This record gives sequence, structure tokens and C-alpha cells, in this order.
Amino acid sequence: MRSFARRRRGGITATFEPAEAHVLASLAGQVVELLRDRHGTEESSADPLGSALGIGGPSLPPDDPVLQRLLPDAYRDDDEDAAEFRRFTEKSLTSAKVANAERLIGTLVDGGLDPDDEGAGEVEVELDDADVQAWLRSLTDVRLSLAVRLGIETDEDTEHVHHREDEGVRAMADVYDWLGWVQESLIAAVDPT
Amino acid sequence: MTQAAPVETEEPDVQDVTALQSPWVTIVWNDPVNLMSYVTFVLRNYFGYTEEKATELMLAVHHEGKAVVSSGSREEMERHVQAMHEYGLWATLQRSDAP
Repeated sequence: MRSFARRRRGGITATFEPAEAHVLASLAGQVVELLRDRHGTEESSADPLGSALGIGGPSLPPDDPVLQRLLPDAYRDDDEDAAEFRRFTEKSLTSAKVANAERLIGTLVDGGLDPDDEGAGEVEVELDDADVQAWLRSLTDVRLSLAVRLGIETDEDTEHVHHREDEGVRAMADVYDWLGWVQESLIAAVDPT
Repeated sequence: MTQAAPVETEEPDVQDVTALQSPWVTIVWNDPVNLMSYVTFVLRNYFGYTEEKATELMLAVHHEGKAVVSSGSREEMERHVQAMHEYGLWATLQRSDAP
């Protein structure tokens, strides 16, 4: 991948190898699926009014540790307040995360990603301001999800996962590092300080 | 010129007093995933803090495990916490005098 850069006319661009674009789109898609597994699609909602208002969600935290991290408690020491807050906000938070991930996938498709053909050419994305916001948030959600699956709980774990026996874990750790680099590159392009 | 009409004095309402003192805070907690540059970006982008203030808060989160990034009414802090969760930062709200 060539890192993000700002064009003279203002757009932020980057070029991904086809395999990189596939990995990124697939991981963002998995976050969407996880979130949808908890909330279902809007059509199947049992409470259409609450759903239209984006409220009336569950009050208990999710069981899946990835979802626990994506949808954390807002109150640390008060379960009742945490449940009430969750009931009123979790659906809209979920919708925002889904929309961010879908926007990221959409820009990859616009840039030439063919979801059915891994051999297709390079993917060149061009992001406007709203795309950048969606990308930064969605990259974060993907990285948070991978970190939970990798068992990264401390700064040291980030290094340790590269030395684990399991080859699959080591490969996932490489993807995790790469995503951090992608995000760092996007921040540097947006915010050159 | 006008003059305040005399009123019956009452015991001050303690709850009203604390409400004026911004009794709620938004706390951002450290995590091993979020990049230092990203946390600084979020604090600038969302709260409108200067580069210097955002960096200072980010370093406090990093070194001390958490930092108060905003204070105000409970409703305001709830909005901030939800926004932080959308950015993927780990944030909570509590009373400012909570242990």
C-alpha cells in the first residue's frame, strides 16, 4: 500500500493492493455482522417506534467480548445507570458504527475493489472529509475487535502476539499492526502537525 | 433603576448549588489499542481543544491510565461519552466528587 496523502485539491488518497483492500473490507464487514447479530436489521424490529427513534435497545451488556469493547458501559460503578444509558443509546451507537463500516467498504468498492475477484487491480481510494471520519472510526472498531480476539490487554501484549505458536495468530497480529499503520498514515495526511 | 423585591429567605438548595459547579465529568481510559495520534486527533476534533491541550490530556491518559477530558451537566457528559464510544475510545461519566 502507498500511504495516504492529501491531493492539491483537498481529497485524501491512498492506493491498496487488491489483497489488502479485500482484507480491510472483509474485516469491516465482519464488524457489521457482529453488530447486526446483536440488533438484527431494522425491518425485524419488535418495536418500530423505538427503532425509528433509535432507542429501546437492550439494557444488558453483550456477552461477546468484542461487542463489549465496541459498545462499552458508560457508567463504571453503577449497573442501573449503565443499563438505562445502554437502553437509550446502544441502537444509535450501533447504527453509527455500521454506517461507518459500510462507508469504508463503499469507498473501497468505488476505488475498484471487486468483492468477488481477489485478483482484480489496485484499489485507489479518494476520501472526502466525511469519508475520513468514517474511516478513522471504522479502522478503530476493526482494530479494537482484532485486539480482543488476539487477547491484547496491555502494551506488551502487542509485541507478545508476534511470538505465539499459532501461525494464524501471528498472521492476525501482522494484519493488526498493518491496520495501525494505515490509520497512522491517514491521521498524518489529515492532520499534518 | 430597579431593586429586587424582598423575598422570603429559605435554606439554600444544596442540589442547585452543586448543579452550578459542573458535578459530572467525562473520563477517557487508557487502552493498548488506540494510537496516541488518534486520541489527540479525537480530542481536538470533537472537543475543539488546541493541539497543546489535546496532547497534554492524551499523555495523561497514557501515563496515568485515565484523564478527565470534560466537565459539565450530566446530559452533556452523556453526549460526550456516546461520541467517544463512536470514535472507539473507552470513556465513562461520573460525578466529579466520586471516588
